Amino acid sequence: MSEHHIVSPKLYVGIFAALMVCTFLTVAAAKVDLNQYFSGLNIIVALVIATFKASLVVLFFMHGKYSAKRTQLVIICSVFWLAIMLFMTMSDYISRPWS
Amino acid sequence: MHRTGELFGQFETMDQQRESASLGMWVFLTTEVLFFGGMFMTYTLNRSTYPEIFGEASRSINLTLGAFNTVVLIGSSLTMAMSVWAASVGKKQLVTMFLILTLILGSIFLGVKGIEYHEKFVEHHVPGLNFSFEPGASVATNAHAQLFFSLYFAMTGLHAVHMIVGAGLLIWLIKESMRGRFTAEYNTPVEMVGLYWHFVDIVWIFLFPLLYLIDRH
Repeated sequence: MSEHHIVSPKLYVGIFAALMVCTFLTVAAAKVDLNQYFSGLNIIVALVIATFKASLVVLFFMHGKYSAKRTQLVIICSVFWLAIMLFMTMSDYISRPWS
Repeated sequence: MHRTGELFGQFETMDQQRESASLGMWVFLTTEVLFFGGMFMTYTLNRSTYPEIFGEASRSINLTLGAFNTVVLIGSSLTMAMSVWAASVGKKQLVTMFLILTLILGSIFLGVKGIEYHEKFVEHHVPGLNFSFEPGASVATNAHAQLFFSLYFAMTGLHAVHMIVGAGLLIWLIKESMRGRFTAEYNTPVEMVGLYWHFVDIVWIFLFPLLYLIDRH
Protein backbone atom coordinates (compact mmCIF):
# COMPACT_ATOMS: atom_id res chain seq x y z
CA MET A 1 0.00 0.00 0.00
CA SER A 2 1.81 3.13 -1.08
CA GLU A 3 0.50 6.58 -1.68
CA HIS A 4 2.89 7.60 -4.40
CA HIS A 5 0.33 9.27 -6.60
CA ILE A 6 1.71 12.72 -7.40
CA VAL A 7 -1.05 15.27 -7.81
CA SER A 8 -0.32 17.76 -10.58
CA PRO A 9 -0.04 21.49 -9.87
CA LYS A 10 -2.75 22.06 -12.48
CA LEU A 11 -5.23 20.11 -10.39
CA TYR A 12 -4.22 22.03 -7.26
CA VAL A 13 -4.79 25.37 -9.01
CA GLY A 14 -8.10 24.09 -10.34
CA ILE A 15 -9.24 23.11 -6.86
CA PHE A 16 -8.11 26.50 -5.55
CA ALA A 17 -10.21 28.20 -8.25
CA ALA A 18 -13.22 26.10 -7.26
CA LEU A 19 -12.68 27.07 -3.61
CA MET A 20 -12.59 30.75 -4.59
CA VAL A 21 -15.85 30.40 -6.53
CA CYS A 22 -17.46 28.70 -3.53
CA THR A 23 -16.24 31.45 -1.19
CA PHE A 24 -17.75 34.08 -3.46
CA LEU A 25 -20.99 32.07 -3.67
CA THR A 26 -21.29 31.70 0.06
CA VAL A 27 -20.95 35.46 0.63
CA ALA A 28 -23.40 36.20 -2.21
CA ALA A 29 -25.94 33.71 -0.89
CA ALA A 30 -25.68 35.21 2.60
CA LYS A 31 -26.76 38.59 1.25
CA VAL A 32 -30.01 37.17 -0.16
CA ASP A 33 -32.91 36.35 2.13
CA LEU A 34 -33.37 32.67 1.30
CA ASN A 35 -35.30 32.04 4.51
CA GLN A 36 -38.42 33.49 2.88
CA TYR A 37 -38.56 30.46 0.56
CA PHE A 38 -37.79 27.83 3.14
CA SER A 39 -37.15 28.32 6.83
CA GLY A 40 -33.44 27.94 7.56
CA LEU A 41 -32.42 27.82 3.88
CA ASN A 42 -29.61 30.37 4.39
CA ILE A 43 -27.79 28.25 6.97
CA ILE A 44 -28.40 25.07 4.97
CA VAL A 45 -26.86 26.63 1.85
CA ALA A 46 -23.94 28.01 3.89
CA LEU A 47 -23.20 24.61 5.45
CA VAL A 48 -23.58 22.71 2.16
CA ILE A 49 -21.07 25.05 0.50
CA ALA A 50 -18.68 24.85 3.47
CA THR A 51 -18.90 21.04 3.52
CA PHE A 52 -18.21 20.94 -0.21
CA LYS A 53 -15.17 23.21 0.23
CA ALA A 54 -13.88 21.09 3.10
CA SER A 55 -14.35 17.94 0.99
CA LEU A 56 -12.25 19.45 -1.81
CA VAL A 57 -9.48 20.23 0.68
CA VAL A 58 -9.60 16.73 2.24
CA LEU A 59 -9.80 14.86 -1.07
CA PHE A 60 -7.22 16.80 -3.08
CA PHE A 61 -5.02 19.03 -0.92
CA MET A 62 -4.77 16.38 1.80
CA HIS A 63 -4.65 13.55 -0.76
CA GLY A 64 -7.68 11.87 0.81
CA LYS A 65 -8.73 10.55 -2.57
CA TYR A 66 -5.35 8.87 -3.07
CA SER A 67 -4.92 7.54 0.45
CA ALA A 68 -5.04 3.99 1.77
CA LYS A 69 -8.45 2.66 2.79
CA ARG A 70 -7.25 2.64 6.40
CA THR A 71 -6.67 6.41 6.24
CA GLN A 72 -10.02 6.99 4.57
CA LEU A 73 -11.68 5.06 7.40
CA VAL A 74 -10.06 7.38 9.95
CA ILE A 75 -11.36 10.40 8.01
CA ILE A 76 -14.88 8.99 7.91
CA CYS A 77 -14.72 8.20 11.63
CA SER A 78 -13.84 11.78 12.53
CA VAL A 79 -16.85 13.08 10.57
CA PHE A 80 -19.09 10.43 12.10
CA TRP A 81 -18.05 11.15 15.68
CA LEU A 82 -18.51 14.88 15.17
CA ALA A 83 -21.94 14.21 13.69
CA ILE A 84 -23.13 12.11 16.60
CA MET A 85 -21.82 14.64 19.12
CA LEU A 86 -23.77 17.43 17.41
CA PHE A 87 -26.86 15.33 16.73
CA MET A 88 -27.15 13.65 20.13
CA THR A 89 -26.46 16.82 22.10
CA MET A 90 -28.96 18.89 20.13
CA SER A 91 -31.63 16.19 20.37
CA ASP A 92 -31.20 16.29 24.14
CA TYR A 93 -31.72 20.02 24.28
CA ILE A 94 -34.64 20.25 21.90
CA SER A 95 -36.48 17.40 23.62
CA ARG A 96 -36.50 19.25 26.94
CA PRO A 97 -40.01 20.43 27.79
CA TRP A 98 -38.61 23.19 30.01
CA SER A 99 -36.79 26.51 29.38
CA MET B 1 16.88 4.92 18.26
CA HIS B 2 18.44 2.82 15.51
CA ARG B 3 18.36 4.71 12.27
CA THR B 4 19.74 4.36 8.73
CA GLY B 5 19.56 7.75 7.02
CA GLU B 6 15.94 8.84 7.36
CA LEU B 7 14.63 5.29 8.01
CA PHE B 8 14.05 4.47 11.67
CA GLY B 9 14.86 0.92 12.80
CA GLN B 10 11.36 -0.23 13.70
CA PHE B 11 10.19 0.17 10.09
CA GLU B 12 11.05 -2.22 7.27
CA THR B 13 10.65 0.29 4.44
CA MET B 14 10.44 4.07 3.91
CA ASP B 15 6.91 3.50 2.65
CA GLN B 16 5.83 1.81 5.87
CA GLN B 17 7.41 4.66 7.85
CA ARG B 18 5.55 7.25 5.81
CA GLU B 19 2.24 5.34 6.16
CA SER B 20 2.71 5.21 9.93
CA ALA B 21 3.41 8.93 10.13
CA SER B 22 0.35 9.62 8.00
CA LEU B 23 -1.91 7.43 10.14
CA GLY B 24 -0.61 9.14 13.28
CA MET B 25 -1.27 12.58 11.87
CA TRP B 26 -4.78 11.69 10.67
CA VAL B 27 -5.68 10.20 14.06
CA PHE B 28 -4.37 13.38 15.72
CA LEU B 29 -6.49 15.45 13.32
CA THR B 30 -9.49 13.35 14.35
CA THR B 31 -8.91 14.45 17.95
CA GLU B 32 -8.66 18.03 16.68
CA VAL B 33 -12.02 17.70 14.89
CA LEU B 34 -13.59 16.83 18.23
CA PHE B 35 -11.57 19.51 20.04
CA PHE B 36 -12.95 22.26 17.82
CA GLY B 37 -16.19 20.29 17.57
CA GLY B 38 -16.99 21.00 21.21
CA MET B 39 -17.08 24.71 20.49
CA PHE B 40 -19.02 24.21 17.30
CA MET B 41 -21.54 22.36 19.47
CA THR B 42 -21.71 25.28 21.90
CA TYR B 43 -22.16 27.62 18.98
CA THR B 44 -24.96 25.48 17.51
CA LEU B 45 -26.88 25.43 20.78
CA ASN B 46 -26.49 29.13 21.54
CA ARG B 47 -27.23 30.33 18.04
CA SER B 48 -30.40 28.25 17.86
CA THR B 49 -31.47 29.70 21.21
CA TYR B 50 -30.77 33.35 20.37
CA PRO B 51 -30.96 33.62 16.57
CA GLU B 52 -31.76 37.34 16.30
CA ILE B 53 -29.06 38.60 18.63
CA PHE B 54 -26.53 36.28 17.01
CA GLY B 55 -27.52 37.76 13.66
CA GLU B 56 -27.10 41.29 14.97
CA ALA B 57 -23.74 40.51 16.54
CA SER B 58 -22.55 38.79 13.37
CA ARG B 59 -23.37 41.89 11.33
CA SER B 60 -21.08 43.93 13.57
CA ILE B 61 -17.92 42.03 12.67
CA ASN B 62 -15.88 43.00 9.63
CA LEU B 63 -17.03 40.91 6.66
CA THR B 64 -14.48 42.40 4.24
CA LEU B 65 -11.57 41.43 6.47
CA GLY B 66 -13.10 38.00 7.12
CA ALA B 67 -13.58 37.29 3.42
CA PHE B 68 -10.08 38.58 2.62
CA ASN B 69 -8.64 36.29 5.28
CA THR B 70 -10.57 33.34 3.84
CA VAL B 71 -8.98 33.93 0.43
CA VAL B 72 -5.53 34.32 2.04
CA LEU B 73 -5.83 31.13 4.07
CA ILE B 74 -7.11 29.00 1.20
CA GLY B 75 -4.25 30.48 -0.86
CA SER B 76 -1.83 29.34 1.82
CA SER B 77 -3.26 25.83 1.51
CA LEU B 78 -2.51 25.97 -2.20
CA THR B 79 1.09 27.02 -1.60
CA MET B 80 1.44 24.32 1.08
CA ALA B 81 0.16 21.65 -1.33
CA MET B 82 2.56 23.00 -3.95
CA SER B 83 5.51 22.60 -1.59
CA VAL B 84 4.57 18.93 -1.09
CA TRP B 85 4.42 18.54 -4.87
CA ALA B 86 7.79 20.27 -5.31
CA ALA B 87 9.34 17.85 -2.81
CA SER B 88 7.81 14.83 -4.57
CA VAL B 89 9.43 15.86 -7.86
CA GLY B 90 12.73 16.74 -6.25
CA LYS B 91 12.65 20.49 -6.87
CA LYS B 92 14.31 21.48 -3.61
CA GLN B 93 14.43 25.24 -4.14
CA LEU B 94 10.72 25.32 -4.97
CA VAL B 95 9.98 23.46 -1.74
CA THR B 96 11.61 26.25 0.25
CA MET B 97 9.93 28.94 -1.86
CA PHE B 98 6.43 27.52 -1.42
CA LEU B 99 6.97 26.98 2.30
CA ILE B 100 8.05 30.62 2.67
CA LEU B 101 4.98 31.75 0.69
CA THR B 102 2.77 29.67 2.98
CA LEU B 103 4.36 31.29 6.03
CA ILE B 104 3.87 34.77 4.56
CA LEU B 105 0.20 34.13 3.79
CA GLY B 106 -0.35 32.64 7.24
CA SER B 107 1.27 35.69 8.81
CA ILE B 108 -0.94 38.01 6.78
CA PHE B 109 -3.94 36.08 8.11
CA LEU B 110 -2.76 36.54 11.70
CA GLY B 111 -2.04 40.23 11.12
CA VAL B 112 -5.56 40.81 9.79
CA LYS B 113 -6.96 38.89 12.77
CA GLY B 114 -5.06 41.29 15.01
CA ILE B 115 -6.67 44.24 13.24
CA GLU B 116 -10.09 42.64 13.67
CA TYR B 117 -9.52 42.00 17.37
CA HIS B 118 -8.44 45.61 17.81
CA GLU B 119 -11.64 46.78 16.11
CA LYS B 120 -13.67 44.69 18.54
CA PHE B 121 -11.72 46.07 21.50
CA VAL B 122 -12.38 49.65 20.42
CA GLU B 123 -16.11 48.93 19.98
CA HIS B 124 -16.39 47.39 23.47
CA HIS B 125 -17.26 43.97 22.06
CA VAL B 126 -14.69 42.04 24.07
CA PRO B 127 -16.45 40.01 26.80
CA GLY B 128 -15.24 40.87 30.26
CA LEU B 129 -13.50 44.08 29.13
CA ASN B 130 -16.22 46.72 29.70
CA PHE B 131 -18.43 44.88 27.25
CA SER B 132 -21.28 46.92 25.85
CA PHE B 133 -23.04 45.79 22.69
CA GLU B 134 -26.15 47.94 22.73
CA PRO B 135 -25.94 50.56 25.47
CA GLY B 136 -29.69 51.20 25.61
CA ALA B 137 -30.81 47.59 25.35
CA SER B 138 -31.81 45.13 28.08
CA VAL B 139 -29.37 43.21 30.26
CA ALA B 140 -30.52 40.02 28.52
CA THR B 141 -29.75 41.38 25.04
CA ASN B 142 -26.25 42.36 26.06
CA ALA B 143 -25.75 39.04 27.82
CA HIS B 144 -26.81 37.09 24.73
CA ALA B 145 -24.61 39.25 22.52
CA GLN B 146 -21.76 38.51 24.90
CA LEU B 147 -22.37 34.81 24.18
CA PHE B 148 -21.72 35.40 20.49
CA PHE B 149 -18.56 37.37 21.13
CA SER B 150 -17.29 34.84 23.67
CA LEU B 151 -17.66 32.20 20.99
CA TYR B 152 -16.13 34.50 18.38
CA PHE B 153 -12.99 35.09 20.44
CA ALA B 154 -12.73 31.53 21.77
CA MET B 155 -13.13 29.90 18.36
CA THR B 156 -11.04 32.29 16.27
CA GLY B 157 -8.56 32.52 19.15
CA LEU B 158 -8.10 28.75 19.32
CA HIS B 159 -7.82 28.76 15.54
CA ALA B 160 -5.18 31.51 15.70
CA VAL B 161 -3.20 29.51 18.28
CA HIS B 162 -3.23 26.62 15.83
CA MET B 163 -2.01 28.96 13.09
CA ILE B 164 0.84 30.15 15.31
CA VAL B 165 1.87 26.55 16.00
CA GLY B 166 1.65 25.94 12.24
CA ALA B 167 3.85 28.97 11.61
CA GLY B 168 6.42 27.57 14.02
CA LEU B 169 6.33 24.23 12.18
CA LEU B 170 6.76 26.06 8.86
CA ILE B 171 9.81 27.91 10.19
CA TRP B 172 11.34 24.56 11.16
CA LEU B 173 10.44 23.08 7.77
CA ILE B 174 11.99 26.05 5.95
CA LYS B 175 15.19 25.59 7.91
CA GLU B 176 15.33 21.87 7.08
CA SER B 177 14.37 22.48 3.48
CA MET B 178 17.21 24.96 3.05
CA ARG B 179 19.55 22.19 4.21
CA GLY B 180 18.26 20.15 1.26
CA ARG B 181 16.72 17.51 3.48
CA PHE B 182 13.52 16.92 1.50
CA THR B 183 13.68 14.75 -1.60
CA ALA B 184 11.38 12.66 -3.75
CA GLU B 185 12.24 9.69 -1.51
CA TYR B 186 11.79 11.48 1.81
CA ASN B 187 9.46 14.45 2.32
CA THR B 188 7.22 13.12 5.09
CA PRO B 189 7.62 16.15 7.41
CA VAL B 190 6.42 18.47 4.63
CA GLU B 191 3.46 16.21 3.96
CA MET B 192 2.53 15.93 7.63
CA VAL B 193 2.75 19.67 8.35
CA GLY B 194 0.70 20.04 5.18
CA LEU B 195 -2.06 17.83 6.60
CA TYR B 196 -2.07 19.91 9.79
CA TRP B 197 -2.14 23.16 7.85
CA HIS B 198 -5.01 22.03 5.61
CA PHE B 199 -6.97 21.00 8.68
CA VAL B 200 -6.59 24.48 10.18
CA ASP B 201 -7.83 25.82 6.85
CA ILE B 202 -10.89 23.55 7.00
CA VAL B 203 -11.75 24.84 10.48
CA TRP B 204 -11.72 28.38 9.08
CA ILE B 205 -13.83 27.29 6.09
CA PHE B 206 -16.57 26.54 8.63
CA LEU B 207 -15.83 29.42 11.02
CA PHE B 208 -16.18 32.05 8.30
CA PRO B 209 -19.84 31.46 7.34
CA LEU B 210 -20.87 30.58 10.89
CA LEU B 211 -19.43 33.73 12.47
CA TYR B 212 -19.45 36.32 9.67
CA LEU B 213 -22.48 35.38 7.57
CA ILE B 214 -25.29 34.70 10.03
CA ASP B 215 -27.76 37.35 8.94
CA ARG B 216 -26.37 39.59 6.24
CA HIS B 217 -29.59 40.21 4.33
